[in-house]
Amino acid sequence: MTQIKMTVNGKSATADVPDNTLLSEFLRENMRLTGTHVGCDTSQCGACVVHVDGRAVKSCTVLAASLEGADVTTIEGIANGKDLHPMQAAFKANHGLQCGFCTPGMIMSGIDMVNRYQAEGQALTAEAIRHELEGNICRCTGYHNIVKSIEDAADEMSGMAQAAE
Amino acid sequence: MYQTKYHKPASIDDAVAALAVAEDGKVLGGGQTLLPTMKQHLASPTDLVDVGGISGMADISVSDGCLTIGAGARHADVAASSVVRDAIPALACLAGGIGDPAVRSMGTIGGSVANNDPAADYPAAVLGLGATVVTNTREIAADDFFEGMFTTALEEDEIITAIKFPIPSSAGYSKFPNPASRYAMVGVFVANGGSGARVAVTGAGQDGVFRADSMESALSSNFSAGSLDGTSLDADGMMADIHGTAEYRAHLVSVVAKRAVTSAV
Repeated sequence: MTQIKMTVNGKSATADVPDNTLLSEFLRENMRLTGTHVGCDTSQCGACVVHVDGRAVKSCTVLAASLEGADVTTIEGIANGKDLHPMQAAFKANHGLQCGFCTPGMIMSGIDMVNRYQAEGQALTAEAIRHELEGNICRCTGYHNIVKSIEDAADEMSGMAQAAE
Repeated sequence: MYQTKYHKPASIDDAVAALAVAEDGKVLGGGQTLLPTMKQHLASPTDLVDVGGISGMADISVSDGCLTIGAGARHADVAASSVVRDAIPALACLAGGIGDPAVRSMGTIGGSVANNDPAADYPAAVLGLGATVVTNTREIAADDFFEGMFTTALEEDEIITAIKFPIPSSAGYSKFPNPASRYAMVGVFVANGGSGARVAVTGAGQDGVFRADSMESALSSNFSAGSLDGTSLDADGMMADIHGTAEYRAHLVSVVAKRAVTSAV
């Protein structure tokens, strides 16, 4: 067992966990944050993507014990109260989901790619979005509406970033 | 995943000590191969020694015509590093094409090189650039390091600390990814430097990454895609599976090698 202390969605979380506990298990079973989905267990589908210290990672492929002091954000932590995050709002507006299983991972990956491209001053084109979604699998939508959602959200987030400056 | 004991040493010495007393210890880098392997019960180390907490292990620097990348440097950091982009752009480009963005957030160069997956990208760069693998005890030339599929010259409990890449005049990498797994079916790294051209091929060989001698000779006299027109690789020794025959892969090596030369900067 290892005692871990990390920040999850802005709140301190402490637990004693078996050393082989995956971050996805810790989030879902200890924290009861079941928005993070586990779709494949082979590190391919991306439904479990969360942010660790500002980077998108597959939570099914990280040991909770290795994250002492880390800052973790899950799908439950991105809205501002009742106001959806622009990425969530864009998925809703563009019908970027059907069954919704992959959606938490799509949204967390979407936010990560927009942040990275904007930090580098690069344009996030539809083609770039498709490449960036290499590690997120959706079995319903054919991806068109997911790509549209991320494009729309990128515009919205860019406006927010400019307004904040 | 079976039970395991997690260690996070603060120094290489502590990591070596933890491995020495472990019944069946393994070094944990970014975990993007090891953890999935453990989840599938294909590996069950008694102890995991995470080298991610050792300071200085992820440093990237250039000196005396040599680019040194710490073993703990993550693929995303190598891809985004202005130092790597300036010194060996092909290497930054290669790192940016490994796996997917979330895998690149975690996976490390040391982990990839130590694992020597026959379809991994980094072994092609290490061999193609004639790099040196630095460990806690010695330095190993790339030509002596890769010993076959998932096999390297590393001793038990030996830990890679950095990779030193001589900076070539130009280099390029191109791969043909398997459409489903996205691992390289064929990946070719070409480099043109002081002592001639080097060509390393990943994904295709039965024994993992290898150098293509005939292509190196052709490119050493004239480093251009056209020089490769007369060269071909023997299908003997090429991997054959449901995704492609040995002949198909041998042909693909020529095609991808030309693309790599064309892309070289």
